[in-house]
Amino acid sequence: MGPTEIKIGGLGGQGVILGGIIIGKAAALFDQKHSCLTQAFGPEARGSACSAQVVVDSNPILYPYVHNPHLMVAMSQDAFVKFSPELRPDGTLLIEEDLVKPTGLPSTVKVYAVPATRIAEELGKKMVLNIVMVGFFTAVTGLVSEQAAREAVKDSVPPATIDLNMKAFERGYAYGKQLMAAKA
Amino acid sequence: MSNANSSGVLTGSHYLDGDHACSEGAIAAGCRFAAGYPITPSTEVVERIAARFPRVGGRFLQFEDELGASIALLGGAWGGAKAMTVTSGPGFSLMMEHIGYAAITETPCVYINVQRAGPSTGLPTQPAQGDMMQARFGSHGDYRLIALCPNSPQECFDLTVEAFNLAEEFRVPVLVMLDEVVGHMTEKVVIPPAGEIPVSPRRWTKKAPGEFKLFEPAEGSLVPEMTMPGEGHQIHVTGLTHDERGYPNMTIAAHEKMQRRLFDKIVLNADRIVKWEEKDLAGAEVVVVSYGITSRVAEKAIQAAKEKGVKVGSFRLITAWPFPEKQILEMSTKVKAFVVPELNLGQMSLEIERVVGGRCKTVGVPHVGGTVHKPEVILNAILEAVR
Repeated sequence: MGPTEIKIGGLGGQGVILGGIIIGKAAALFDQKHSCLTQAFGPEARGSACSAQVVVDSNPILYPYVHNPHLMVAMSQDAFVKFSPELRPDGTLLIEEDLVKPTGLPSTVKVYAVPATRIAEELGKKMVLNIVMVGFFTAVTGLVSEQAAREAVKDSVPPATIDLNMKAFERGYAYGKQLMAAKA
Repeated sequence: MSNANSSGVLTGSHYLDGDHACSEGAIAAGCRFAAGYPITPSTEVVERIAARFPRVGGRFLQFEDELGASIALLGGAWGGAKAMTVTSGPGFSLMMEHIGYAAITETPCVYINVQRAGPSTGLPTQPAQGDMMQARFGSHGDYRLIALCPNSPQECFDLTVEAFNLAEEFRVPVLVMLDEVVGHMTEKVVIPPAGEIPVSPRRWTKKAPGEFKLFEPAEGSLVPEMTMPGEGHQIHVTGLTHDERGYPNMTIAAHEKMQRRLFDKIVLNADRIVKWEEKDLAGAEVVVVSYGITSRVAEKAIQAAKEKGVKVGSFRLITAWPFPEKQILEMSTKVKAFVVPELNLGQMSLEIERVVGGRCKTVGVPHVGGTVHKPEVILNAILEAVR
């Protein structure tokens, strides 16, 4: 199997890049695959469109950019509008269901939705919505192993917030597993 | 960063971008003074240095501009520290005068340049490889230095260590020439235990004050030793043409002697300095010569060309300057063509053309930068070149 290309889009401040780093790190450090992350962001610190692009492969990665992702995560409507035309027709789209209303997608695209922000708010900190999304991504795509994703979350967040972030991961992962079971 | 040991080396596997890997390479090499003026896309290097240095006994100073940073860097080196600065685009241009000063004063130091598209402010957040000739000839006057081109975050770590080692070995400014893609891409970086990282210490003289001459090459070498301030040696360091004691000497004879040695210490040691990576050169009809991020894009084109039955090899410049003349010359008698993709409108391809001297074709694959080549463009150049 060739490289899997992933694009994660959202607003600056939603933790888009960190989400990408965790997925890439899970693959490269804890699943013993190869991964390469590149990022695009605007000059603003918050609120601008930003994206992380991750390539995961069992072989070393040569070309680092993502043009037609197999997997896409949209965490804002802007990101959906801007990036969804790049998604492969047989690709998979994960969305923040309260923030993204997908329209005009080919019927062959598989869409999975999670209320990541609401779940994060229930945990007491909206900021962890990206980790909820990482958990959801892990359950739905199976691209990185659950164990690797957990290790990568632990390795990537400030030590004082590990418990909270692991809860966020659990919730997103459980939501994804349930959704997959219901669809099966 | 919890596993940093007392030497400050962050041993272990990490998921780092190229900029951060440079910072860790500098720390592992023993760099403890950095002067900077942050500029995209190199900011992450000094950001990490600023966070890491206080824990390893280093000092980072942010200056009012690149002129301040690049001259403070040289002060740091003469003060006894392994020193570096980091910049990009317009900042690299501003630092040119001090690179010349570092060359003539034989100051061991490292300049990291994360190339963005120019000229001038250009595309601040987008890649290019447009500073390759500036790296060689950017400062006025004539001199030789060393420039290295990493193509991955791992190599950003490895070559930053190497840059510090070469700077000490040859008392010369060494440039680490990233491009924005390599600087900002994140991959696995393995940092070995401190004891397994080769680090060249500064070559302090054992001669007594009065005997030691700051610009007299050590025995059997073309490179002088140095002295630690405060150990009784009275030294003089100047950008003027100088004699072996460092005193200004405005004669043609003194200039000839100084300049020749500054050249020779690099040119005659090219075999020791030059590094490259080669693949499938035996029987190759076409060899793709590339460096930095372009070498990875080219590799994709090379694979596609092989699938079409083309005998194509690759030669990746790890050292850009001094240029691997001998290696290119040898290949030029055996191949039909060199294909040279780069993110500029033709810089290293000029050097290849010069060395090749018409023995085979040199096919440039220019690109203005802002992004990387499409692999198909390089593939087409390979197919064209093999005809």
